[in-house]
Amino acid sequence: MAGASATTHTTSAKSSRSLYHRLFTDAPRGKDAPGKRLLVHVILIIFSIIAVFPAIRVFGVALRPGDKLLDPQFSIIPPNATFEAFYNVLFKQETLQWLFNSLIITLGTASIGLIFAATSAYAFSRYRFRGRSSGLTFLFATQMIPGLMLLVPIYLIAVQLGLTNTYRGLVIAYSVTSIPFSTWILKGYYDTIPFDLEEAARIDGCSELQSFYKVLLPLSLPALAIVFLLNFLAAWSEYFMASVMIGSREDLLTWPLGIQRFQQQFITEWSLLAAASILISIPVVILFVYSSKWLISGLTLGGVKG
Amino acid sequence: MFDVRHAVGALGEVALTIAFMAAIVAVLELVLYVIFVRWRKSKLSLPILFVAPVVVGIGLLYVYPLLWELNVSFTKMSIRNFYNPGLLGLTGEKNLFVGFQNYINVLTGPVLKETGFYQLFLQTLIWTAINVVITVTIGIGLALLLNRTMRGRNLYRAMLILPWAIPSLISLQIWRTEYNNEYGAVNQLLGMIGIAPISWLTDPFWNFAAMIITNVWLGIPFMMVITLGGLQSISHEYYEAAEIDGAGWWAQFRNITLPLLRPVMVPAILLGIFLTFNNILVPFFINQNELETSDILVTALYRAAFQYSRYGFAAALAFVIFAILLVFTIFYVRRTNVLKEAY
Repeated sequence: MAGASATTHTTSAKSSRSLYHRLFTDAPRGKDAPGKRLLVHVILIIFSIIAVFPAIRVFGVALRPGDKLLDPQFSIIPPNATFEAFYNVLFKQETLQWLFNSLIITLGTASIGLIFAATSAYAFSRYRFRGRSSGLTFLFATQMIPGLMLLVPIYLIAVQLGLTNTYRGLVIAYSVTSIPFSTWILKGYYDTIPFDLEEAARIDGCSELQSFYKVLLPLSLPALAIVFLLNFLAAWSEYFMASVMIGSREDLLTWPLGIQRFQQQFITEWSLLAAASILISIPVVILFVYSSKWLISGLTLGGVKG
Repeated sequence: MFDVRHAVGALGEVALTIAFMAAIVAVLELVLYVIFVRWRKSKLSLPILFVAPVVVGIGLLYVYPLLWELNVSFTKMSIRNFYNPGLLGLTGEKNLFVGFQNYINVLTGPVLKETGFYQLFLQTLIWTAINVVITVTIGIGLALLLNRTMRGRNLYRAMLILPWAIPSLISLQIWRTEYNNEYGAVNQLLGMIGIAPISWLTDPFWNFAAMIITNVWLGIPFMMVITLGGLQSISHEYYEAAEIDGAGWWAQFRNITLPLLRPVMVPAILLGIFLTFNNILVPFFINQNELETSDILVTALYRAAFQYSRYGFAAALAFVIFAILLVFTIFYVRRTNVLKEAY
C-alpha cells in the first residue's frame, strides 16, 4: 500500500513537473519560457499600477467640476470633466507667483553652488596640500548631519541677524548647503580625467587657471550638468528651511509653501491642489525620467570613485 | 494672479543677496591673491584661492551653527527666554546657564507632550527597520524582473520610477488626502473588496501603517534603480558557467547575484537607513493629527524647536540624535568596510 501510494505520488509529481518544465524552465539561451514571461509581466504590471495610480487619480480629481469634488466615484475621467481648476490655479491663484519665486531662488542658488563646488573640487582632485584628506572626510561627514539639526541653529542665528522673512538667509543657506555633496561628486569625476591633458596644455603655455577652465571644465560638462540638476531638484522641493525662513511672508512663498494654502481648506480647494500638483510635477517628472540614467551615474560616481 | 511688482521685488532680493555673496568672495580672493600670489609666491596659490570660499561658507553654515547649537544646549533658551545666550548662557543679557539639565531632561522626561525619548527611539527603530527591509526586498525583486530582454521594459521602468520623479511634497499631499476616511481612494478601494473603512489618519496603529505604506511607495524606485545598475555590471559569463554546472535559480542568486551586488548595495542601504531615520517629510505630512505615536526622533526635534520653541532642549535632543547616528555609522562602517569601497 505504501508502495502504491508512493508510485501514484511520483507519477503525479512527474506530470506536474513536466507542466512546470514547459512553463517555467529556461528556454534555450537568453529567452524565458512563456509561463515565466507571463508571470514577470503580471507582477510588473501590478507594481506599475500601484506606482502610477496616485498620479492618475489626481488627474481625475483635477478634472472634476466644482460641485462634484467629494463624489466618491472612481472613473478616471469624471462626467462633465472641466479644466476650470487648471484655469483657476493659473490665473486666479498665486500659483505662478510661487513658481516664479521658486524658480529664481533655485536657479540662483544651484548656479552659485555649482561654481564653488567646481573650483574647490579641482583643488581637491589635482593638488596635494595639508588638510586635503581631512577636508574631504569633513565634506563627507556633513552629509551625515541631519538637516534638522542644522536648521535649529541656522534659524536662530538668522533671526538674530535679521535674515528671516527675506530671501537673504534662504539664498545663502541653499547655496552653501549644496556645496559639500557637489564637491564630492565633481572631485570623483575629475579624478577619472587624466591629468596629462592639462599638463600638455600647460606645456603649450596655458596657466594653471587656464588649463582648468579651458581643458578640464569642457570635459566635465556632463558631470557639471548632473550636479546642477541634483542641486536644482533639491532646492526646488525644499520645504522646512523655507517654512521657517519665509513662511510668514505671503508674497515671498515658494511653491512647496504655497500649495499648503490649498490644503488648509481641504474641502473647497481639493481640485485646485490637484491641478496645481499636476502643473508643478509635469516639468520635473519629464526632466527626471529623461535624465534618470545620468542622474544615477551621478549618484554613484562620487561613491565609487572617490 | 501674477503680480509683476512682486516678481521684480523677489528677483531684486535674490540678485542683491547673490551680489552680496559675490562681493564678499571677491574681497576674500583679493586678499588671498595679494598674500599668496604676490607676496609669498606659493605654488599652492591656485588651490588656496579655490578652496577658500568653500572653507568660509562651510565654516559659517556648518561649523559655526553646530558650535552655536552645542552652546545653546547648555542653556534654557526658549521663546520666553529669547535672548542671545552668549557663552553657555553666562555672558548674555540674562543668565540662562543650566548645565547638563537639558540632556538629563531629554533622557528622563517627556520629549513631546507625553511621549519620552525611549518610546520615540523605539518608534524610530521600528520605522527605519520596516521601511528599509521592505524597500530593499521589493527594490531588488523588481530590478531582477526588469533585468531581462522583454517587451515594454522601458515603459515599465518609466512607470516604476514615477514615485521618485514626482516632487515628494506633492505625492505626500496626494497620499494624505487619499487616506481620508470617506473620500480617500484607499478606503474606497478597500470598500470594493468588502473591507470596512480604516481610520488612517486618527488611529495610531493605522496611521503608522499609512506612513510606512507611503514611504515604501516613495522609496522603492531608488533601491530598484541602484540594484538595476549593479545587476547590469555583472558579467553574463558567471551565469553561463553556473548553468553548465547545473546551478538552479536560487543557487545562482545566492552565489553570484547577491555577492556581486554587495559593493553597490552596502552604501545604498546605508544611505537608505540614513534617509529613513532622518525622514521628516513623511511622518510630518501623513501624521497631520499630531499623534505622538507616529512621531519619530527627528519630527520630535522639529516639534520641540519650532512648535514648542524649547530651543535649549531641542539643541540637546539634536546632539543625542547625532550621537546615535555616529555610533551606528562607526559600527556599520567597521562591519561592512563600506568606506574602503567608497574612498
